Amino acid sequence: MEIIKADRLVHEYIRRDEEGNVESIQTALDHIDLDVQPGSFIAVLGHNGSGKSTLAKHINALLVPGEGTLFVDGMDTSDGKHTYDIRRSAGMVFQNPDNQIIASVVEEDVGFGPENIGVPTDEIWTRVEESLKSVGMLHYRSHSPNRLSGGQKQRVAIAGVMAMEPKCIVLDEPTAMLDPNGRKEVLNAVHALNKKKGVTVLLITHYMEEVVGADFVYVMDQGKIVMQGTPKEIFSKVDKLKKYRLDVPQITLLAHKLREAGLSVSRGILTREELTGELVQLYGSKK
Amino acid sequence: MFREITLGQYYLADSPIHRLDPRVKLLGTFVYILSLFLFRDVVGFAVVTVFLVCVIRSSKVPFSYMVKGLKAILVLMVVTALFNLFLTPGDRVLFSYGILKITLEGVKNAGFMLVRLIYLIVGTSVMTLTTTPNQLTDGLEKALMPLSKVKVPVHSIAMIMSIALRFIPILIEETDIIMKAQTARGADFENGNLVKRTKAMVPLLVPLFVSAFRRADDLAMAMEARCYMGGAGRTKMKPLRYRKEDFKGYLVLAAYFGGIVLWRVFGG
Amino acid sequence: MSLILDKVSYVYSEGTAYERWALKNINLKLEDGEFIGIIGHTGSGKSTLIQHFNGLIKATSGGIYFNGRDIYEEDYDKRELRTQVGLVFQYPEHQLFETTIFDDVCFGPINQGLSKNEAGLRAFEALRSVGMPEKLYYQSPFDLSGGQKRRVAIAGVLAMKPKMLILDEPTAGLDPKGRDEILDLIAAMHKERNMTVVLVSHSMEDVAKYVERMIVMNDGEIMYDGTPGEVFLHYKELEAVGLAAPQVTYLMHELKEQGLPVNSAATTVEEAMESILKAFR
Repeated sequence: MEIIKADRLVHEYIRRDEEGNVESIQTALDHIDLDVQPGSFIAVLGHNGSGKSTLAKHINALLVPGEGTLFVDGMDTSDGKHTYDIRRSAGMVFQNPDNQIIASVVEEDVGFGPENIGVPTDEIWTRVEESLKSVGMLHYRSHSPNRLSGGQKQRVAIAGVMAMEPKCIVLDEPTAMLDPNGRKEVLNAVHALNKKKGVTVLLITHYMEEVVGADFVYVMDQGKIVMQGTPKEIFSKVDKLKKYRLDVPQITLLAHKLREAGLSVSRGILTREELTGELVQLYGSKK
Repeated sequence: MFREITLGQYYLADSPIHRLDPRVKLLGTFVYILSLFLFRDVVGFAVVTVFLVCVIRSSKVPFSYMVKGLKAILVLMVVTALFNLFLTPGDRVLFSYGILKITLEGVKNAGFMLVRLIYLIVGTSVMTLTTTPNQLTDGLEKALMPLSKVKVPVHSIAMIMSIALRFIPILIEETDIIMKAQTARGADFENGNLVKRTKAMVPLLVPLFVSAFRRADDLAMAMEARCYMGGAGRTKMKPLRYRKEDFKGYLVLAAYFGGIVLWRVFGG
Repeated sequence: MSLILDKVSYVYSEGTAYERWALKNINLKLEDGEFIGIIGHTGSGKSTLIQHFNGLIKATSGGIYFNGRDIYEEDYDKRELRTQVGLVFQYPEHQLFETTIFDDVCFGPINQGLSKNEAGLRAFEALRSVGMPEKLYYQSPFDLSGGQKRRVAIAGVLAMKPKMLILDEPTAGLDPKGRDEILDLIAAMHKERNMTVVLVSHSMEDVAKYVERMIVMNDGEIMYDGTPGEVFLHYKELEAVGLAAPQVTYLMHELKEQGLPVNSAATTVEEAMESILKAFR
């Protein structure tokens, strides 16, 4: 069974003036269908304002469907009595690392979620230790979050979600405010969780490089899913990606341009090794 | 300039005072402050001093950390001392010039007042230096819990306090950046009369408030996403439990306070 | 028009347990009309460095000379310096405060002592040059998208007619299209106005495409200073300090090692393509 299943999901932001008359309606999610299998690593790509953050908030039942349905771990998000359980099974990590850390000590912040769901004290300690270890932050357990780097703060936030033992974590642009080192740290941590703990990951981002390691990619534009497929399939359509205001990794772009210029390199090249290999081979066969 | 302000600055060390239950320390601070206003002679002063020195010694916090807080109230100290010095009526005039008159009582009052202020700051800083802000709010929450029976939202108040403690340093840093950003556009926060300076605050305060509200919004959502639904049904990662040492702490406090009160009533 | 830093050092929280050398003995000369990129990861000292350029931070030791004059002289007009050396901070949210975009851009010129009319003219010109649609001028800056806020913030500094424009991470948080638009805009302004532009970033790939000179900061020191091609020759050393050269640099080096006659100093996709195609011809 799918862990996340959206069926023609619609969300509209309605803006009203002071008298309560509707001023404008903005469709943030326009009939979205989504199937996510347990244990998979899914990426959702889209530029700012494409509706991807709205989608994330639906999965955590912070928003509820206007039309259509969304099931998380078999529970209907529009049914208020499931809200609490949905948030337990689908944890969420947000963009700004500062605005999601509640406590002034790392370990206490990680313990915040388990405290909320009523985990007994002894077990909170084991969970906190376990989840800090899983993101490589155990050493910083008694530090103040204020003195950590952006990447470290985000890893603490991830640990905070992991301590609630969710089946799935949704990360809403977790790297947008980080430098390249921080970005790498966070991505490595997320991939490790997916592989070692089997947690389903839904990574929302506008950085194409972060999508390369995903099992499946959805591309969103104007509230719709406009492309879906494996990273290779997605990256083979360079022109289409550019149309949706998305970037293509340098290597993929270079391969695409070389192909257009007449060299027979294959479509959807993702890594440097692939391109080097193909070019060396081509060069050899030319001689 | 904002970097220098320190709030709730915790000094990491392992001492008997650090290990005390925050409730003991809260009550202790309260009792200590009361005692400062109860003593009125040298013997009382000596008792308070011995108590304070013992506590500071056993807290393992360098004394220099406690003195830091004094700089902030230097002006207040000087003003208080001067007021007491010149405005205390008394018979034994030591010095007079026109309407200015210094009496022996005035000198005594000014001296005690100064000592009280210094002891107040140093004493309370022992608490903030040995107790993490979170322990402190936990302690307050637990100590005030009986009030929730009369519908005082104790849990919410404690949560608000701990969040404030987490965000104050962030907002202070942000204020620093905003000031620089506006200074780069020619804003002047330092010169001009009061009206001009007040007006100059607008470009600083608007971005600060906008940002604070945004943070509050984000934080509320992040808390909700982590299943926060108020105090009901929550467990604690670090529940407060009294240990033997804490009862000893209470005993010491009782002895100290009893001594001070008795001396005030019967002594001297 | 030049800015010279002579043995500049800066220490945070001097004399306390948190003492940290943010800048160590920096010697630097920025010439008129240059387009410079300053690269370094968080904590490398790059933000501290640029805040010295317009006197927001005073160096712990060393001197700074703008057009030959010591900016630390007592009677030096710091406010005048700040209008000459315009600094746009990383997040526009830290400076936008007025009720309309137009008024916000007027803030700088009015602080310069210009009349309302003159300031207005400056604001119009600045907003036009950052490509803000005129119908938005009287809207609240808080309702804009991230990219547009960034434009208003840049206009707010441009309106003071600086000779030198410094931008701290102008693309942070923007999506790829927004990022390209802002960088293209900055490059165009550099070209048209022949203004000295300093671009601070942690992204090598972004900067390599635009700038003529690149200064790499690491741990409070200048690690490299040269053209992007020269700097990226040290790609292995850069990686050791956590700064990755653009992917094509790696690719070109690998190709060369494997015996392809390509130019390993290529730093952009275009340069790389040209060089590879040439090898295959």
